[in-house]
Amino acid sequence: MEAHADARPLTRRRSLPAWLLGLVPLLLAVGVLGAFAVLGGPGLGDRPGPAVEELSVERTVLEPGSIELTVRNDGPDRVTLAQAFVNDAYVDFDVAHAGVDRLRAETVRITYPWIEGEAYEVGLLTSTGATFTHEIAAAVETPSADLGFFGLMALLGIYVGVIPVALGMLWLPFVRRVDATWIRVLLAATVGLLGFLAVDATLEALEIAGQGAQALGGAGLVALGAGLAYLALAGVSARVSARASRADAAGASPQRLAGLVALGIGLHNLGEGLAIGSAYTTGALALGTFLVVGFAIHNTTEGLAIVAPLGRSGARASVGRLAALGLLAGGPAVVGAWIGAAAFTPSLAAFLLGVGVGAIAQVIVQIAPGLRDAAGRVVDGAVAAGIAGGMLAMYATGLLVSA
Amino acid sequence: MASITRRRALAALAPLVGAGAASRLLSGDAAAQHSQAANGHDLNGHANGHGPLEHAGFRRGARVDNARNGFDPTAIVRDFDEGTTRRLASGRVLREWELIASEKEIEVAPGVAFAAWAYNGRVPGPALRAREGERLRIRFRNATHHPHTIHFHGIHPSDMDGVPGPGAGLIEPGGTTVYEFDAEPFGLHLYHCHASPLAAHITKGLYGAFLIDPKQGRPDADELVMVMNGFDTNFDRSNEVYAANSIPFAYMDEPIAVARDALVRLYLVNVLEYDLINSFHLHGNVFNYYPTGTSLQPSELTDTVMQCQGQRGILEMRFPHLGKFMFHAHQSEFTELGWMGSFDVCDDTSAKLVCDLPAAP
Repeated sequence: MEAHADARPLTRRRSLPAWLLGLVPLLLAVGVLGAFAVLGGPGLGDRPGPAVEELSVERTVLEPGSIELTVRNDGPDRVTLAQAFVNDAYVDFDVAHAGVDRLRAETVRITYPWIEGEAYEVGLLTSTGATFTHEIAAAVETPSADLGFFGLMALLGIYVGVIPVALGMLWLPFVRRVDATWIRVLLAATVGLLGFLAVDATLEALEIAGQGAQALGGAGLVALGAGLAYLALAGVSARVSARASRADAAGASPQRLAGLVALGIGLHNLGEGLAIGSAYTTGALALGTFLVVGFAIHNTTEGLAIVAPLGRSGARASVGRLAALGLLAGGPAVVGAWIGAAAFTPSLAAFLLGVGVGAIAQVIVQIAPGLRDAAGRVVDGAVAAGIAGGMLAMYATGLLVSA
Repeated sequence: MASITRRRALAALAPLVGAGAASRLLSGDAAAQHSQAANGHDLNGHANGHGPLEHAGFRRGARVDNARNGFDPTAIVRDFDEGTTRRLASGRVLREWELIASEKEIEVAPGVAFAAWAYNGRVPGPALRAREGERLRIRFRNATHHPHTIHFHGIHPSDMDGVPGPGAGLIEPGGTTVYEFDAEPFGLHLYHCHASPLAAHITKGLYGAFLIDPKQGRPDADELVMVMNGFDTNFDRSNEVYAANSIPFAYMDEPIAVARDALVRLYLVNVLEYDLINSFHLHGNVFNYYPTGTSLQPSELTDTVMQCQGQRGILEMRFPHLGKFMFHAHQSEFTELGWMGSFDVCDDTSAKLVCDLPAAP
């Protein structure tokens, strides 16, 4: 009976093309909503209460004698900037458009003789009397984005990204000698390392997202970045698998797995570089030897994670290929540092950190089949110990990095 | 009759002040132009160009629209409301005022609107001026959507205290009442709404100076009145702007012209809500201070006085030097959030007052 009931409307609709059936509701929706908007929401009347004003500060640039804030209207209503104050004193300022529409950004340039190393509270007073304040924890001149500066950021990225990963990859000969159980332990340690990174990066991303314009998505940007990265990597992986003639039952070939780990870590390091670059420009990061050493030790473990899949019998890797893997994993730290230093916004940082998280999650999924023992169990004692060891290694080396 | 003399003196000074302002506008005085160029100031006292800032202040060129507010700080600093008088059968003088509380949007900083409550459309309300021993009658009408009162400082019966409860108590929206009592003691007092929540009713603007002159009057002087106040524009129970007579930096933009060597008397009242104290500091001079104005003998010769909320006093000074002299709260925070101004000491040796002169002995 049900089949009959279903079949009847189908036969009737067959006369209309499918694309038209898809288009009509869309056009109707556009028309109805358009009319609703043009008529000003008939029947709803004016929204009760005063204007809802939201502003978020996306970027702060300090130059001698001036403080520049890039603010974004984060709320539903237009915000009109009336006055500015710094540390309880009204100050002169310039802004191209004092009226900031929803989602629009404006740059407010304040004349102020700030003193290096001191803390400031910069405030904006709107036409309704609302105030938005922004803390500058320690005033330091924002480096101008010249060639020397980008060189420094590149050096920083190489120190904390490329070199440590390359050092970590020197474990490859060791990895090649050890037996199958040890390989599984190392792979498990990689999973532990990556898992810790994913959680850590998620928390950091959510924190940064909280500082950004909520109207642009806030914490949702982290999820969006993670989701897109996961799906993109899963797609790439599936494509490569389909082409690979020797795709084994465990999931992915050792070389491909190493490549995926390197890519995942690279996307993670993009976000990490971003955080470093931004912290450097705001003066929140002291470029001490200790910090660089800390990051290096922390990231050396990532090199181990890349070569762990290559320990399996039959896996070969040329020096050139290894160098490429190292660059893939560490190089994005340089790019991230550039972006972070030159164009940091909390929303962008949250999104890119999310991308790193998604990439790592996909890598973990790829590695997981390789953890199986002869009996087909994924988590036995050795694997559990490996995962725990990886997490602890990340936690311990993370203590060296205070940024 | 002393008050008439004083009024006459004020009336005589007014054209002088006007002439001073005119001479500044015309900029005919080469010396004045020279001094402006030397100080790097424009006529408004703001720094020129984009150099380092000289004083805290609002965005360059931004001014409050006094006309739209309905009151001008430069006008109200010399505006005393003596009401109307008639002689009773007993021979006493009956002095009467009508005060209307209304809701009014006030621009409390350039481009910043504040939903104020005002007596007679201005904040502070009119500076009511009477003479010791007179009978005072204040008709009050509440034209707002909230109950209000007028509570006067000074000596009066309980039912005339303008608080919820005794007498008329709270005056409901649309309601009226009459406060009537004797003018005593002489001195500088104040009035304000006493409806609950008190802080909100005061900080939204329902207050003003209430001056009772002594029977024998005070020596003739150029008389000024300032009510030190502030506005909590974001309702966080602290003030975003500070001022004397409501408009921040108003007397920086338009200095108060006074004549050299003339006696200047300033009636100073503090109604500032949320901050524990306020103060007044004068540059380049000292003044005699009469706390609450209830004595004819000054208590102190100083350049800085402190007042808590509701405290007030009379300042008397003469300026021996020409030029600009700042006055401001000596809490630097209040100063740079608006409570600063400047006297312009002018030369009145010729028929008209010549202002904006370079500093000279």
